[in-house]
Amino acid sequence: MIPASFEYRRAGSVEQALGWLSEDPDSTKLLAGGHSLLPLMKLRLATPGVLVDVGRVPGLSYVRDAGDHVAVGALTRHRDVEISDVARAHVPLLAHVAGQVGDPQVRHRGTIGGSIAHGDPASDLPAAVLALDGVLVIDGPRGRREVGAGDFFRGFLETALAPDEMLTEIRVRKAPGGWAFQKFNRRAQDWAIVGVAAVVNGGARVALVNMGATTVRARGTEEALAAGAGIAEAAARAPEGLEPPSDLQGSAEYRRHLATVLVRRALEEATAAGG
Amino acid sequence: MQVTVTVNGKTESHDVEARMLLVYYLREVLGLTGTNVGCDTTSCGACTVLLNGESVKSCTMLAAQADGEEITTIEGMASSDGVLHPIQEAFREHHGLQCGFCTPGMVMAIASFLKEHPDPTEAEVREGLEGNLCRCTGYHNIVQAALAAARPGALAP
Ligand SMILES: Cc1cc2nc3c(=O)[nH]c(=O)nc-3n(C[C@H](O)[C@H](O)[C@H](O)COP(=O)(O)OP(=O)(O)OC[C@H]3O[C@@H](n4cnc5c(N)ncnc54)[C@H](O)[C@@H]3O)c2cc1C
Ligand code: FES
Ligand code: FES
Repeated sequence: MIPASFEYRRAGSVEQALGWLSEDPDSTKLLAGGHSLLPLMKLRLATPGVLVDVGRVPGLSYVRDAGDHVAVGALTRHRDVEISDVARAHVPLLAHVAGQVGDPQVRHRGTIGGSIAHGDPASDLPAAVLALDGVLVIDGPRGRREVGAGDFFRGFLETALAPDEMLTEIRVRKAPGGWAFQKFNRRAQDWAIVGVAAVVNGGARVALVNMGATTVRARGTEEALAAGAGIAEAAARAPEGLEPPSDLQGSAEYRRHLATVLVRRALEEATAAGG
Repeated sequence: MQVTVTVNGKTESHDVEARMLLVYYLREVLGLTGTNVGCDTTSCGACTVLLNGESVKSCTMLAAQADGEEITTIEGMASSDGVLHPIQEAFREHHGLQCGFCTPGMVMAIASFLKEHPDPTEAEVREGLEGNLCRCTGYHNIVQAALAAARPGALAP
């Protein structure tokens, strides 16, 4: 399978990438690791006229201790998040989830920024960033802005990013206390049929993979826990208000059931781990 | 566009289409047909090569993205006098292949994996190969070969 023709440009800086994007934002696409975009281009579901390769823009691959939060450069590859000492120490959920993405080859290429910017409801990292109450740092022709994860994921492959903007940093608050990630799939390298990222420290934040058009929080569960419900009772409310997809991997009904089971397991694990 | 890549230690430079995938550059431009195309959808791992020493699926990378980088394919594993790489030798010894279609990708995936996990458990090997499919062997002997190659001394130069 061969992508449709395009013009390839390699950006040497964020400024250069933004400059090229602004020339024709609607037919220009940034290329980071290429592990979501290239498969779509091979299927000709995406046919950008210009690809701006930001894969080698220097200074955007890092995991940094920034006091009350951890800052991750948008071009940091899944593998580098997975093995980062800073991430493991302060946001172990993020390091763990990065290690659950796809397979080793995918983790050697794919980036956290690409994963977040793509906004795929089946992706694992958006759920982790949502559970960790992350902040996305966005640069563009109108300057820099910061968007909370809760406002960033808008719909199917739709985020708060405008076509002429670039995600440059992902900030996640340090998360002491318990956490868990539950990913249910049929074959090792597969995407989650349903996934759950939970952070428990006093309150609980629970985010779900593949339970809607984009990554979503399990509001029913969170409300129940806040009102003093036990884990089983709160987990039973996980699918409340959600419209999961039906596909070859499972029906919407099956996903609703799976969410209750996986949220229960995640909360039990997070609580046992010190939440 | 002009692409310059070091492949198995040799510098190659060609004018290719921007949309050319790395695997087709290797197979059709350089004639290195050891790297196979199985699924062409990033699933099977048959096209695995090393990019600066790390395993990647060459069907999901543009040749343009490899410009200026180092690629190692299965053809670069045995030494020039024909002595097999220890991972290849372990595959021979442990009967780690049947039809052989997945084998180049498996060998390259294991080379990268063992660099990251020099002393792996069997479970780690199995997880480390989650990106590579084999339709013949049932994986058992591939896992045995990887474990054998990881034994102290096996990978020493
Ligand atoms: C076989 C396979 C299995 C996978 N399994 C999983 C899995 O189990 N879980 C999972 O979560 N993911 C999975 N993935 C997806 C993988 O995580 C991708 O790496 C990730 O979704 C996209 O990151 P990328 O760097 O490759 O982005 P690209 O493909 O380069 O880009 C994706 C999109 O984001 C845009 N973009 C990229 N970077 C930026 C930026 N900094 N600012 C603004 N826009 C940007 C691009 O223009 C494009 O539209 C899998 C992929 C494959 C091929
Ligand atoms: S051909 Fe590349 S993963 Fe199957
Ligand atoms: S030996 Fe035939 S596919 Fe693996």
